[in-house]
Amino acid sequence: MSEGFIELDQATLCYPRSDTPAVVDISLSVPSGGSVALVGPSGCGKSSVLRLIAGLETATGGRVTVGGGAPGASRGAVGVAFQKSTMLDWRTVLDNVLLPLEVVSGPTGFRARRVEYRQRALALLERLGLGEYAHRYPWEMSGGMQQRASLCRALIHEPDLLLLDEPFAALDAFTREDLWGLVQSIWRERRPTTVLVTHDLREAVYLADTVYVFSKGPGRIVHREEIGLPRPRTVEGTFEPAFVEYVQRLRGHIVEVRETDADKEPAHG
Amino acid sequence: MADWILNRRVLPWLVTLGTFLLWEGVVRGFAIKTFILPPPSLIATTLAAQWEPILQHSLQTLMTTLVGLALAVGFGVVLGLAVGASEKVYAGLYPLMVAFNSIPKVALVPILVIWFGIGTVPAILTAFLISFFPIVVNIATGLATVEPELNDLMRSLGANRLTVLRKVGLPRTLPYFFAALKVAVTLAFVGSVISETVAANAGVGYMMMVAGSRFEVPLVFAGLVVVGAMGIVLYQAFEWLERRLTFWAFRG
Repeated sequence: MSEGFIELDQATLCYPRSDTPAVVDISLSVPSGGSVALVGPSGCGKSSVLRLIAGLETATGGRVTVGGGAPGASRGAVGVAFQKSTMLDWRTVLDNVLLPLEVVSGPTGFRARRVEYRQRALALLERLGLGEYAHRYPWEMSGGMQQRASLCRALIHEPDLLLLDEPFAALDAFTREDLWGLVQSIWRERRPTTVLVTHDLREAVYLADTVYVFSKGPGRIVHREEIGLPRPRTVEGTFEPAFVEYVQRLRGHIVEVRETDADKEPAHG
Repeated sequence: MADWILNRRVLPWLVTLGTFLLWEGVVRGFAIKTFILPPPSLIATTLAAQWEPILQHSLQTLMTTLVGLALAVGFGVVLGLAVGASEKVYAGLYPLMVAFNSIPKVALVPILVIWFGIGTVPAILTAFLISFFPIVVNIATGLATVEPELNDLMRSLGANRLTVLRKVGLPRTLPYFFAALKVAVTLAFVGSVISETVAANAGVGYMMMVAGSRFEVPLVFAGLVVVGAMGIVLYQAFEWLERRLTFWAFRG
């Protein structure tokens, strides 16, 4: 098997001051330009895996490599978007989107290419339907628009790795479906290696090539599902039998995981 | 009339004026002696008649207060950043800081006088000592409560701690800083006037102390009014600055 862009080999993460590890024995491989989704019940450690890949945490056991090196080693190689849009309220939307370029290029590098960067950011905002909000402030926008801006910020520095931690979880169903389409089309254009953490199975099947199902306490991978559906996928397509079958199968695995977890919980009373 | 005009332009004057009128009425109605409680009208005529010495003493107090406040801002911001950024610094320093802030600053004035002599320096230092603590606490709180996601975002981009502080920590802390500044400026007046009352030969505090010993009670009250007025002006100035620099924190 050839080396993927992201390689986890029996990775384990135990947070300090915690008895049980957050995740154990996570082995997964994502090819360059691939797209995977991590699903599972809350608290199953899927976000911890994302943090390992982002280089925000160091594995306490096993091996994690991104692009052949340590995760987070190359500056500006990662774009992240969280469930909370985490916009900086004191910056305009445009300046929020420019933030990664400021950090990655440093003050002098940024000043030298300021005009070019601004144009790039404006084009991306336009692309995500936020053109007229560039000079407004994040708190003047709806949650869905803030999440779009957050996506712009994750993409502006053209990272090789795109990490999405439930970025659409707080949005209404229609906005969410719009954004699936946008993420898919940008992914098809630029092909960043993408890891999506979600508990929305339709979202996982829509966006990912491969879906990993996690169990909890401690988190481990219990199932791997290749999504063989053609691209581009559409919202209408999510109601076709082939799509629904994938969702049902993943759902079956999660129900199973939840039942085993429930057995493990100490009895009340 | 729009609520905004009522709230910001009319009500402050109306209530202040009303208070003075009530005061005047009570003093006249109960025939209170002016060396017990002078009416506002007498305080006003005293202010007008003795404006020159009052102005001189007020400028002295304003100067000591502002220098003390500037020291408090400089020291408070640096210490607040250290305490907010490092749990170790916080753990190490907080007993001393809390203990120190619990000491009545007026008790320190005699010590300051022994060290620096009577005059301007103890007043500046008292203003400084009484006003730095809220700045430290607020800066530290602002920095320590930065959303973890923001730190994650910056770290995932490869930002070092200084960059995170510059781009996220400091701007995020600015509203906390202004909140502290508005408390600190009024406290700084308390500090400088207390010190002048105990050990100085200039300043509103000194003027009030001398006037009091001569039973010139209207002049004592004139001093109080001037200190209060200077407090309002500085508070307003900081609020104006706050609205300009941290408008994003006052959305809607």
